[in-house]
Amino acid sequence: MSTTLAPTLASAALHSQATAHRAERPRPAFFSPARMGIYFFLISAALFFLLPLYVMGITSIKPMDEIRQGNIFAMPLAITFEPWAQAWSSACTGLECKGIAVGFWNSMEILVPSLLLSVFMGSLNGYALSFWKVKWANWLFGLLMLGAFIPYPVMIYPLVRMFASINMFQSIPNIVLIHTIFGMPIMTLLFRNYYAGLPVELFKAARIDGGGFWRIYFQLMVPMSLPIFVVATIMQTTGIWNDFILGLIFAGRDNFPITVQLNNIINSTQGEKVYNVNMAATLLTSMVPLVVYFVSGRWFVRGIAAGAVKG
Amino acid sequence: MSNVSIKDLEIVFGKTPVIKDLNLDIKAGEFVVLLGPSGCGKSTLLHSIAGLIDVNDGQVEIAGKDVTWADPKDRGIGMVFQSYALYPTMTVERNLSFGLRISGMPKAEITKRVDNVARMLQLTELLQRKPAQLSGGQRQRVAIGRALVREAKVFLLDEPLSNLDAKLRAELRRELKQLHYDLGATMIYVTHDQIEAMTLATRLAVMRAGKIQQLDAPDVVYAKPANMFVAGFLGSPSMNFLRGYLKKSGDRVQFESAVFQADVSHYTFAQSPTDNQPVVLGIRPEHLRIVAPDAPRNAQATLGLIEPMGAYKIAWLDASGTPLALQVEPATALVTGTLTHLTLDPAHVSLFDATSENRL
Repeated sequence: MSTTLAPTLASAALHSQATAHRAERPRPAFFSPARMGIYFFLISAALFFLLPLYVMGITSIKPMDEIRQGNIFAMPLAITFEPWAQAWSSACTGLECKGIAVGFWNSMEILVPSLLLSVFMGSLNGYALSFWKVKWANWLFGLLMLGAFIPYPVMIYPLVRMFASINMFQSIPNIVLIHTIFGMPIMTLLFRNYYAGLPVELFKAARIDGGGFWRIYFQLMVPMSLPIFVVATIMQTTGIWNDFILGLIFAGRDNFPITVQLNNIINSTQGEKVYNVNMAATLLTSMVPLVVYFVSGRWFVRGIAAGAVKG
Repeated sequence: MSNVSIKDLEIVFGKTPVIKDLNLDIKAGEFVVLLGPSGCGKSTLLHSIAGLIDVNDGQVEIAGKDVTWADPKDRGIGMVFQSYALYPTMTVERNLSFGLRISGMPKAEITKRVDNVARMLQLTELLQRKPAQLSGGQRQRVAIGRALVREAKVFLLDEPLSNLDAKLRAELRRELKQLHYDLGATMIYVTHDQIEAMTLATRLAVMRAGKIQQLDAPDVVYAKPANMFVAGFLGSPSMNFLRGYLKKSGDRVQFESAVFQADVSHYTFAQSPTDNQPVVLGIRPEHLRIVAPDAPRNAQATLGLIEPMGAYKIAWLDASGTPLALQVEPATALVTGTLTHLTLDPAHVSLFDATSENRL
């Protein structure tokens, strides 16, 4: 008995020694040479990308006297927010001097309906294609994808002719429709892939419960696909907000989006270039996509479908 | 509670026929289990009864009404899926009431039904939880409850216990049987688990390659399998098969093989056998016995692995090349590698045609 017990005891002792030893061992050093290298790379990469933003930021709050001295990296001595106010409400875009605010509200007028329409259509398309038996579904989807690969310039002239012939050319509905159509392939792809990943049994269960096309879409699929709605919103918001060429062609003179207005502000100054106003106007233009990213970042990681199937 | 009748059903996926000329009549209140290996078409059959798969030919009748092309919701069915398929964004209560709300039932009636079902399945405390906050067993109860609140005439269950661990599976299996006993509803249950099939079914349909091989009470299917596939599929370990031939002399019929001889004169042949007919004899592990070396008609086999199961032991033997499984009392002393003498019980043998593999 004792002979069989002895090794067990010995190994137990060894074991406890080992655990004690492990507890005493110091944590891995926070600043090992490899870590230093990683941090050096990350910090320098961040600086590289943030530098232009820094220059723009400080230039936009400097008076012109300081800018003329030529040191673009110097901190402002006399901080002024006058350039921001000017850029917003009184900078000149050609003959009019109402600032970039006009463009901002134009862009909003274009963005909101385009966003709602394209995301809604994309999700509906994706839902129909992945759950309902659509004849030639794969061919339809392939055709839609083909649209995504044809470069814009090829389509612009025919579209201009088409909209002109129905007296819709250069209006808010025109540009909204253009954004909806051009957003359709990528939105459909996004939602179709998301819905294809959901268990099809959920859909079948809802069918047995008596759900029809719209009820299953609104009461089951939409609440379950909130994360992908957020992703789609981010993509479309930045895409539509940053668009220049389509807005220039299809929106019409009265509805130029903010990007076109920014271009006009920067190119229409007479005499001295007002760098601080231009910088402020540029920052104002990029504010919307920035805010969208900051606000919606946490939605990316959330998995709403958790708990639907075994897990 | 109503009957289900399937006539000449044919289902084709792309170009491959999954189910062909299938006929199945299920009486009201029956618990029919569709059992078979994966890919045998049992789930497809169930989904076509539910109306989730279009049929290419044939007819599905529920409660005497042709529902072949009816919408799933108009068939009077409730369905439970293997993956539960609970609506993840809804609470248990809303999961249960979803179908009722769609049908526009008055609120008071919905509450009554949901409360009833929740009490029956012990879900009352969980009504306000989301599916993600439930354990596997609780989720499956909600899935069953969702079928129950519809007060369906026919319940379709698609491997509902396969995702649960062994202990929970046995518990829920018993609950399901109790539920069927209490409700008396017609249930059609798909599984590949033969224990579930044996314990739950009032009638058992063993399927293979889109065809029903045998449809009968579970003990009949177990004792008198219609062919070698059914014989091999049911039972664990599965039936022992011995190749040999029949010797006929007057009224006596004798099975002869290199390993075993057996007097099968009392076997109820479907057709009278011919002399020297090549056959396969099937005998279940529990119908083989260890005997003394001088016993008549014994076969010699070498003991291999021994698996103690608690209530019994399974011994694996080698009878000059033919593998045999043997079930014995747990107290039986067995030593691997020793020579053992076996005899079989002629009352429990099954005989199959060597070429068609069908029961004789």
